[in-house]
Amino acid sequence: MPSLKEYRNRIASVKSTRKITSAMKMVAASKLKKAQDAAQASQPYASAMAAMLARVAEGLTSTAGGPKLLVGTGSDKIHLLVVVSSDRGLCGGFNGNLVRFARLRIEKLVAQGHEVKLVTVGRKAFDLLRRDHKEKIVASFKDIGKVGFANAAEVSDLVFSKFDENDFDVCSLIYNDFRSVLAQVPTSQQLIPFSLPEKQIAANQNNAQENAAPKIPYEFEPDEEKILEDILPRNISVQIFRAMLDSAAGEQAARMTAMENATRNAGDMIKRLTLQYNRARQAYITKELIEIISGAEAV
Amino acid sequence: MTSETNLIQFDLVSPEKKLISEAVTMVVIPGEEGDFGVLSGHAPVVSTVRTGVVKVYPMSLKDTPIKIFIAGGFADVTAHQCTILAEQAMVVSEMNEAALDQDIQSLKDDLSAAESADDKRKLQKRLDLALAQKAAIAA
Repeated sequence: MPSLKEYRNRIASVKSTRKITSAMKMVAASKLKKAQDAAQASQPYASAMAAMLARVAEGLTSTAGGPKLLVGTGSDKIHLLVVVSSDRGLCGGFNGNLVRFARLRIEKLVAQGHEVKLVTVGRKAFDLLRRDHKEKIVASFKDIGKVGFANAAEVSDLVFSKFDENDFDVCSLIYNDFRSVLAQVPTSQQLIPFSLPEKQIAANQNNAQENAAPKIPYEFEPDEEKILEDILPRNISVQIFRAMLDSAAGEQAARMTAMENATRNAGDMIKRLTLQYNRARQAYITKELIEIISGAEAV
Repeated sequence: MTSETNLIQFDLVSPEKKLISEAVTMVVIPGEEGDFGVLSGHAPVVSTVRTGVVKVYPMSLKDTPIKIFIAGGFADVTAHQCTILAEQAMVVSEMNEAALDQDIQSLKDDLSAAESADDKRKLQKRLDLALAQKAAIAA
């Protein structure tokens, strides 16, 4: 049985752990607020971009012979996966789940006879995927800190230059989708070839019919194809940016939840240890008393 | 024309946030195929935007316009709304010419020292942008 002093030390150490985890929880909560605000602030651009894409798509007569980003290279041999994770750990299963999802994806693609290349964003994705897919990683981005559009542009620039060099045929983004503070779901989204938002076009048409307003045709300057050629790469950058923002918000949310659990566990542990400590102390006192009494009786 | 009722809603958004959202009289946009002015009731247009200066006339056409530097983007115009998507935008009067000159000089130095073609391309891009900003101040 551990001595009283050992118990006291254990309790003190768990208490200081609890202090750290609860501080981390509070820091994560305030960072989460900021990350969510940043994600919100990027919304107007993304929705304006989507609306514009839908308009251009509507005006487009045929997608045949369109820009390469839209129609693809005509093959699907080489897949490029952009895996967006966090830079730091201690955020529960956030990175673990994402990397597991990415691994399954890789295995499936390899089993189907495709070649897979990886771009990792965030230190954790690189560290975890390096173990068994080292040769597949073509580039990695680390220490991003606060996510800005410049970071996303860097990633998308790399993707475009690889695409121009015919380094891959299909590009997908793997990231943690921020559903709520409690749920971040690993998600995969195809970037290249890009699929135009057909649903939205249908919705626009429905709206137009319902309003029964005469529809004024749009003019395009220079023309639909040129605009599409220009808008598609930017849209991809925006998608990557959104994924990075989502991932940043999700990381803080996951850390907050993980640290809250850790704080609660530490509290439970302190309670249990205090109980054991008191019992041990009681037993020690009783033992001493018995010794004194039996000593007195013997006299 | 000068009546204040004929306003058009003007939005300038960057990926990081909404920069401007207000009702204005006229916006002059540096379109891909030439500058064009947008007043309320403009025909719907989608256009690409060159790197250059957007002029915003807040109340009337007699006002001195607010100049905003834009590093290229897209404009989406309808009868009541004009939305510009720009990756980078700043108000010309708030730009610092001295700092810009310094930037240009150091970028030029870096460019002549750069080795790989990739670095050169990136630096050239930044230099072009800085020079365009300087031109915007001078104009």
